Amino acid sequence: MKILATVKRVFDTDGKPKLTADAKLDVSSIDCKLNPFDEYGVEEAVRLQEKGIATEVVICCVGPEEAQKEMRTALAMGGDRGLLVKVDNTESLDTLSIAKILAAVVKKEKPDLVILGKLSTDSENNQVGQMLAELTGYPQATFAFKLTPDAAGGWAIVGREVDGGTSDVKVKLPAVITADLRLNEPRYASLPGIMKAKKKPLEITTPEALGVSVKPAIVGIGYELPPARKAGIKVASVAELVDKLKNEAKVIS
Amino acid sequence: MSNILVVAEHLEGKLRKATLPTIGFAKKAQALTGGKIIGLVLGHNAASVAAELATAGVDHVIHVDSPIYANYLAEAYAPAVAEIAKVKGASIVAAPASTTGKDFLPRAAARMDAGMISDAIEVFSHNGAVGYKRPVWAGNLIARETSTSAITAVTVRMTNFDAPAAGAAAPIETIELGFAAPEHTQFLSFDQVKSSRPELTDAAAIVAGGRGLKSAEAFKMLEELADLIGGAVGASRAAVDSGYAPNDWQIGQTGKIVAPNLYFAVAISGAIQHLAGMKGSKVIVTINKDGEAPIYQISDYGLVADAFKAVPELTAALK
Repeated sequence: MKILATVKRVFDTDGKPKLTADAKLDVSSIDCKLNPFDEYGVEEAVRLQEKGIATEVVICCVGPEEAQKEMRTALAMGGDRGLLVKVDNTESLDTLSIAKILAAVVKKEKPDLVILGKLSTDSENNQVGQMLAELTGYPQATFAFKLTPDAAGGWAIVGREVDGGTSDVKVKLPAVITADLRLNEPRYASLPGIMKAKKKPLEITTPEALGVSVKPAIVGIGYELPPARKAGIKVASVAELVDKLKNEAKVIS
Repeated sequence: MSNILVVAEHLEGKLRKATLPTIGFAKKAQALTGGKIIGLVLGHNAASVAAELATAGVDHVIHVDSPIYANYLAEAYAPAVAEIAKVKGASIVAAPASTTGKDFLPRAAARMDAGMISDAIEVFSHNGAVGYKRPVWAGNLIARETSTSAITAVTVRMTNFDAPAAGAAAPIETIELGFAAPEHTQFLSFDQVKSSRPELTDAAAIVAGGRGLKSAEAFKMLEELADLIGGAVGASRAAVDSGYAPNDWQIGQTGKIVAPNLYFAVAISGAIQHLAGMKGSKVIVTINKDGEAPIYQISDYGLVADAFKAVPELTAALK
């Protein structure tokens, strides 16, 4: 079974975002990192390879040249090779464009399973996996917390975290899975893993070379900061808290 | 035509409340685009849902009844939504930003070659088109976006739009689409967390616990307080990961987004990803023995105390 695991280079959203005078995001002092949700996807692919279920794991990224760094981070966890679809101006991409590029990669690579993080922590769209599934005609299992593939039988059973509880679906391979937090616990890359990753092949291609021309439908106008919440007061006792909630905030009668 | 299609969410013959803010969003968008608001029910033996939707503020209801919609699957929903959007001339196709809406709507969007906006919290007029605001960066940034495609798919955050006032019953149209059941996907089971409490996304009060509670047993005292004030029980990701609470209780960037009138954060430190899910709450109360916990920075009232002592005391005081 061949697995394509996708990764994205995201802004490190732990820092406070700053805006420029024309309401754009000031990226001058922001670090980038591997999207945390993609780590769950890569980890799952690597585990399936370690169990002998996956025969090949390809790490794929749509992003700028610099994204090779995040791809090497993923390859240090495991996997055989990388494929970067280079797009310099990632602002020019929307989710549907990325899904179209990935669909062209899927057509070329013919994986049995595509695993993506359910969302990226900076733009938080949670769309690409589902769009890719439609464009390739593959079944989808989103918000996966449990993945049990039967490679010989050509199926996978996926446990999904959904509102109100959990749900199991059975998907025929090839399929698209999006990883949720409780799918596994991603490993830290080991030093030998990091050394090995440097030597793994990393092919660079372009949307044009894949025969895809993309024009984004969704266009960013700008950003704003959310209204700040002020810290309130500290109360000394439960009695004082009850008094404040009843008589000041009036949220309890 | 520029109609707005709202895909209803329902369970066991009832319209889910998550649908109502999506209709509220549609009303605001309609003020910019004109056209009709069309509610869509995909289901099996779900006539009661169509009837409920008809009085929920829409102009028209379409009911598609087929066994293939008896158990929800994105692969069944996406073609139906795309087809109805086309036939009814929709320029916006909206659904709640629930795990269901987030699952099928991007798939439908790809089928319609439509751009998609996730988690809309506001609509505005932008150069004659519709602009959308949505939170990104764990809620620390608001993005303003617009769409250039003929159809735009939108999931709507439940906490930011009011349910429209109930109106006279809109006409219900029954349509047959004739799609076959998806071949590659099979629904196996839905393991529902049963609860007599209100759903987190529409509870007026929430009592949420963190890893500091140290056990599932400790959540019982939160449940007691929640039941007393008619609220729901929530949890931080750390508490869910530790197995103290079911995943359905998780509040945060990757769990539920909530905005109750009253939010108790008990033994929760306040990681960015948790704050992203609850900082829209009207009044936030923190009970944490660590007075330096980041959650105090956004709390209206803080009580630096041991939760195991303070929560039972609070419950007793409110009885």
